Amino acid sequence: MSLEDSLFGIHGKALALRSQRLELIASNIANASTPGYKARDIDFDKALAEASRQQGSVSSALESAMGYRIPLQPSSDGNTVEMSTEQTLFAENAVKYRTTLSFLEGRLNTITRALRGE
Amino acid sequence: MDKPMNVFDIAGRAMSAQLVRLNATASNLANAGSVAGSEGQAYRAIRPVFQTVVDKPGVATVKVDRVVTSDMQATKRHDPGHPLADANGDVWEAGVDSSAELVEMIESARMYQNNVQVMQTAKSLLLETIRLGK
Repeated sequence: MSLEDSLFGIHGKALALRSQRLELIASNIANASTPGYKARDIDFDKALAEASRQQGSVSSALESAMGYRIPLQPSSDGNTVEMSTEQTLFAENAVKYRTTLSFLEGRLNTITRALRGE
Repeated sequence: MDKPMNVFDIAGRAMSAQLVRLNATASNLANAGSVAGSEGQAYRAIRPVFQTVVDKPGVATVKVDRVVTSDMQATKRHDPGHPLADANGDVWEAGVDSSAELVEMIESARMYQNNVQVMQTAKSLLLETIRLGK
C-alpha cells in the first residue's frame, strides 16, 4: 500500500475517476450535434474496483470499464447523445465529486489534528 | 493537440463550433428574401459541418470541418418591374428555408448553453478542489 492510499483510502482514486468521468460526459455533451458520434461512459463501480486493486492504475481501470451508451431512441444521423441522460449523469457525477471531496476534507482534518497533537 | 485535453478545452471548443453554426444561421436569415438577377447569383443557405476531434478514448471535442453551401434551389419569381429582373422578367429569391433556420438557431443556442453549464460546473469543482484542506 502506497503512502497516498494509506492517507486517503479509496477516496483518492475515486476523485481521480470522478474527474475523468466529468471529462467523458463533457465530451458527450460537446458532441451532441455531431452526426455519427457515439456517446461513451464508464461503469463507475467496475472502474473503482479495478483501480483499488493491488497495482491498479486509474488509466487502465478507466479503459477496462469504458463502454458505449445504448440510446433510448436512436436518432437518424447516428448520434447517440441524449441530452437528458447526459445532463442527469453530469449533475450526479458533480454531486458525487463534491461528496468525495468532503470525505477527503475529513481525512485531512483528522491527520492535521493528529499531527498537531490537539 | 499535444497537451492532454481538459474539460475547458472540450466545452470551449464546442462553444466555438456552436457559435460558427449560429453565425451561419444569422447569415442565412439575413439573406432570406434577397433577390438576384440570375439563378447562379442567388444566395443559398450555408451550413457548417461538425467533426469530432478525439484526444484519447472517450475524451473528444468538436470542430467545424468546413462550411458547405446547401443544395436548396433559389425560387424563380416573375416580377418584370424589379430592377434586377432578367429579359424574361424573372428574379431569383434566395434558397433559404426560414423556419428551418429558426429551428437551427434555437438548437445551437441550447447546445451553447449546455456547454456553458458544463464549464461552470467544472470550474466550481476545480476551485473547491484547490481549497481542499484550507
